[in-house]
Amino acid sequence: MEIKYGISATFNSAKDIYVAAGKIREEGYQNWECYTPIPVHGLDAQMGVGRSKVPCFTLLGGVTGFFTGMLLVWFMNAFDYPLIVGGKPYFSPIYPFPVFYELTILFAAFGTLFGMFFLNRLPQHNHAVFEHPKFGKTGDDKFMVVIEIEDSKFDDQATPAFLKDLGGKSVTVIRESID
Amino acid sequence: MATLSNTDSTEDRPAILDKVNPAPWNEPPLVLNNRSFNWVTEKICGIVEGKTPTWWWWCFITAMIIASFTGMGLIYLVSTGVGVWGNNNPVNWGWAIVNFVFWIGIGHAGTLISAILCLLKQKWRTSINRGSEAMTVFAVMCAGIFPLFHVGRVWFAWWLFPLPNANAIWPNFRSPLEWDVFAVSTYFTVSILFWYMGMIPDLAVLRDRAKETWRKYFYGFLAMGWRNANNHWRNFEMAYLLLAGLSTPLVLSVHTIVSFDFAVANLPGWHTTIFPPYFVAGAIFSGFGMVLTLLLPLRAVFGLHDLITQTHIDNMCKITLATGSMVGYAYSMEFFIAWYGANSYEGFAFINRAFGNYWWSYWIMVSCNVICPQLFWFKKIRENTPLVWVISIFVNVGMWFERFVIANTTLSRDFLPSSWGYYSPTVVDIFTFFGTFGFFSILFLLFLRFLPLMPLAEVKSVMPQADPHGGKHS
Repeated sequence: MEIKYGISATFNSAKDIYVAAGKIREEGYQNWECYTPIPVHGLDAQMGVGRSKVPCFTLLGGVTGFFTGMLLVWFMNAFDYPLIVGGKPYFSPIYPFPVFYELTILFAAFGTLFGMFFLNRLPQHNHAVFEHPKFGKTGDDKFMVVIEIEDSKFDDQATPAFLKDLGGKSVTVIRESID
Repeated sequence: MATLSNTDSTEDRPAILDKVNPAPWNEPPLVLNNRSFNWVTEKICGIVEGKTPTWWWWCFITAMIIASFTGMGLIYLVSTGVGVWGNNNPVNWGWAIVNFVFWIGIGHAGTLISAILCLLKQKWRTSINRGSEAMTVFAVMCAGIFPLFHVGRVWFAWWLFPLPNANAIWPNFRSPLEWDVFAVSTYFTVSILFWYMGMIPDLAVLRDRAKETWRKYFYGFLAMGWRNANNHWRNFEMAYLLLAGLSTPLVLSVHTIVSFDFAVANLPGWHTTIFPPYFVAGAIFSGFGMVLTLLLPLRAVFGLHDLITQTHIDNMCKITLATGSMVGYAYSMEFFIAWYGANSYEGFAFINRAFGNYWWSYWIMVSCNVICPQLFWFKKIRENTPLVWVISIFVNVGMWFERFVIANTTLSRDFLPSSWGYYSPTVVDIFTFFGTFGFFSILFLLFLRFLPLMPLAEVKSVMPQADPHGGKHS
């Protein structure tokens, strides 16, 4: 069975979608998304979305990495098998600092990548917008807006007309199949 | 001063300001010939999607043959013993450490281009960063071979990592060599993460264009379901910036820690505080040499002149010139400090470097690293692409010799003349090192064939069409 997912409209330039996005937000739509071949500068503000939360994951990873490094060195060189080397202390925050430093960066990098995946809900190999016959062009040179049927303001007649008014080309209904 | 109290602002200003017209700053376009987004997509994807060119096969076969030398060298080494290398007392490091530092250094330019130039908002990096990052990853793989086999019994190399073993002992974290294990493995991992993450949107483009089933699965799997949504881009851009911010201190720390391998030892010629910055500058210098060596032929073969423009080559040449001059400054400063420090061993180490048993390697190093890049002061030379390529080869050679000079002149002539020796590589050393160029080339050729050579979205982002204000800032 197929159900309607939303209505799409295509724009030809970054400028067009930038202007259109501002108008869609002003109109009061909530569940909609822009699909663009490049990250369009300033589109976040036009769509009314805030700053990305990825840095929280980076910080979390970095702090974890730093203390993992400390724990590692303390456990291995001072607790589990204390061994005198070169008259240096069993544990110190100074001499193994490169180890803490590297692990901070390593864990922060993993935090960043997986944080990005988590916030973007990836991997997600199937999505309704992939059903759009020209979806591939959004990776090339087309800019697409999709207003979802979920949106409280969505209307079968008014929404497509609104998108056409904004200058959207080839306004199309996207359907997804469900079992 | 009646004019000052006048509310009419035009009269307040000194008259001269009205006549000052800021000189137009003609920023050279980064993509020539007014290309469209679609042209960029077709060009870059075409490299991957087109038929495998004949030259690719010839290069691949040659690379396989060259790589087999590393295979032969290592099989002979493992089956016979580490004594088949030329290392012996007093030169216990020989080519292994030289090659390790050489390859690691090459990787650094990739991270510089992808991370540091990103933080500095150098837009010209966009068309060269993917290839350079690939170079980083593959160079670190080549580098890893040498310390791995230099440990002697390679099947125990995993003891370097903090893993429980049957002897119940742990790595010694007081040793710079152990720091190196962490630095290099972190560098390798983060470089791959950065490289891969930057590639996800391009893999999605390849996925959406794919005709063959294997391509749909291959790129589909790697693209993770990326769908060019603004929300995706928002998190992606932030993550990209953060990874750039993390890679910058990382790349500086990696070669710093590599230099600690030398600088922490109490040996004349090694025990100097100048080593970390000097090694980092040298690494970036050698890396840019390699980037030029790789990208100039690719530009010619794939016809990428509109994407890798003369501006890009100019900038790379200028960075090579700058870092080459820094390296030259470090060479002379080492001599100054050896004299000024009034330590007779240190003084001897440096006289010996320039005029002693390895004098020839020192002068190869100086001519390739200090004199050669000075040619880049001249615009005529920067515009002569074949000559730039030749100079980039000299840079690679010179930087290999730099590590050879540092490692060998010091070890072969230390405190006691009774322990002096002369190191020469054996044929196994030469085979193993020679083969790594083949190994590197195999990986790079596979990269060219299967992965996007340039980040599509980033290249498009520096084109005029990407501006949402249509060229006018409102």
